[in-house]
Amino acid sequence: MEVLQRFADHYNYVVTIFLMVAGLYIVIARGNLIKKLVGLSLFQTSVYLLYIEPGKIIGGTAPIIDPAFKVYSNPLPHVLILTAIVVGVATLALGLALVVRIHEAYGTIEEDEIFSREGEE
Amino acid sequence: MRAIMPHLPALQVVVPLIGALLSALLRRGTTAWALALLVSWTMPLIAASLLLQVLTSGPTSYHLGGWAPPWGIEYRVDLLNAFILLLVSGVAAVMMPFARRSVAAEVDQDKQSWFYSMYLLCLAGLLGITVTGDAFNIFVFLEISSLSTYVLIALGRDRRALVAAYQYLIMGTIGATFYVIGIGLLYLVTGSLNILDIAERLGPAAAQSSRPILAALAFLTVGISLKLALFPLHVWLPNAYAYAPSFATAFLAATATKVAIYVLLRLFFSVFGIAISFEHLPVSEVMLALSVAAMFIASLLAIFEQNVKRMLAYSSLGQIGYITLGISLANEAGLTGGIVHLFNHAVMKAALFLVLGAIVFRIGSVKLADLAGIGRRMPLTMAAFVIAGLAIIGAPGTAGFISKWYLAVGAFQKGWWPLVFLILASSMLAVVYIGRVVEVAWFREPSGLAEKAKDPPLSMLLPVLVLAIATIYFGFDTQASAGIASQAAHALLAGIK
Repeated sequence: MEVLQRFADHYNYVVTIFLMVAGLYIVIARGNLIKKLVGLSLFQTSVYLLYIEPGKIIGGTAPIIDPAFKVYSNPLPHVLILTAIVVGVATLALGLALVVRIHEAYGTIEEDEIFSREGEE
Repeated sequence: MRAIMPHLPALQVVVPLIGALLSALLRRGTTAWALALLVSWTMPLIAASLLLQVLTSGPTSYHLGGWAPPWGIEYRVDLLNAFILLLVSGVAAVMMPFARRSVAAEVDQDKQSWFYSMYLLCLAGLLGITVTGDAFNIFVFLEISSLSTYVLIALGRDRRALVAAYQYLIMGTIGATFYVIGIGLLYLVTGSLNILDIAERLGPAAAQSSRPILAALAFLTVGISLKLALFPLHVWLPNAYAYAPSFATAFLAATATKVAIYVLLRLFFSVFGIAISFEHLPVSEVMLALSVAAMFIASLLAIFEQNVKRMLAYSSLGQIGYITLGISLANEAGLTGGIVHLFNHAVMKAALFLVLGAIVFRIGSVKLADLAGIGRRMPLTMAAFVIAGLAIIGAPGTAGFISKWYLAVGAFQKGWWPLVFLILASSMLAVVYIGRVVEVAWFREPSGLAEKAKDPPLSMLLPVLVLAIATIYFGFDTQASAGIASQAAHALLAGIK
């Protein structure tokens, strides 16, 4: 019972960590260059959750000073993650561009086929 | 002039950033090169005046946008990062004249201005990582420098450069994301992103809940170790260095890994040093074992490598092992050795990779077999290779000797005398792989490709010779390198006690 309670209390962290590990697993286990990038994005997205969840305070409002409110949510994680999202988009775009070039040069986007073709050189 | 002085820390980032934008607008490679040269020669002046400022009046703090820390982003310059700033911008400035012909020969005409744009962006990122005192800001600059690095590598003509860049992108992003996770955990515990502020709050926070802090330490260590190519997280490095354009390889080998090592130093000693000593997690033991493994395994791989550029990349991994060895010793002599080796290795690896750039410029190959007898055709260039190679080995009278001496003293002071033998034995491996190239280049009859080679034009030869002479100079005059390094090490260790 206590275990279930702990699970429920930390439900958001469980989701975050599941996404994190799933993303990292895809990056490592898949040989398809596009699927690797999908995994990488998943991995990065899990970190967005890691930051944003604790920033939300239950019952808190937007951080605009007003005599009617006493509890405010923390705005900083959102700002940080906005930056991280931009970085993530740039990384994904560059990664996809590289995959296009690799496909032009090798005619495949499977890692093992690329390495076997490199071995021939 | 007086109006600019207080803004020097910000200019470290702003000048190359604007340069990168302008360079992207230019169409001609030579014009972009001239712009990059102008920027690269300005940066050491800024860094040197910052270092002077720090030496005379202590650490300076710059509040970006006028927001006081810990709320705003603070650029904080103390002795250690002023030293690294000068190293990065200084090496870049010396190498820049080399770039024009080398890049013109190795990068397509229409992409040259993009190459310089990416180079300046990378420089801005590296200097930004070094100058900033904000942990999240480090991540942003880390990604700026990494993304531009991936492009620099992918601009190599060989199609394997693309795969190398892709692999580095995957590994580099995992590393950076680990870093953000670590910083996120620290932020959850301390509520701050300013490095000094985190360090102050970490002590009380560690007393309350030490587990997230240990997790943060683990994430940060692994993330940054990926970036600095600590064995066995190095797999991206050899191919990236082997297939990137020569100038990009030399620039990255001299600066990018060094800046990552700086971040590691900052985290270990300035952030975690105060709150938790290394006893809670066996960080220094793990690091010691990996450093020794890097020193030997990477050097062995270098011995059996036929592509000289990749051989030097493996050698870099081994040399990074010495630097992290100094960090894991964590006493004053060892840490001094680590920091001074960071400096010396940047200088000598820049020299070696530029020599290879000159060879590629003349004969278009870096296969060991093609270099037969090239020493007689390119005497000055290959003489520089021998000098910088001796420094890699750690021969007395070169810069490499100084750093290994400090490392050995550090190991002795800890009472770990077998480590001294390991340092010596791994240097013997360097004798083999450097000696192999020297033997082929100098003691064989010129044949094939090497037959028609000759020393490169002055604009390429001069940077090579300057760096080679610098490796000897810093072997004798240790005041500038080891003197500052030991002061910086002292300051870092003072944070722990």
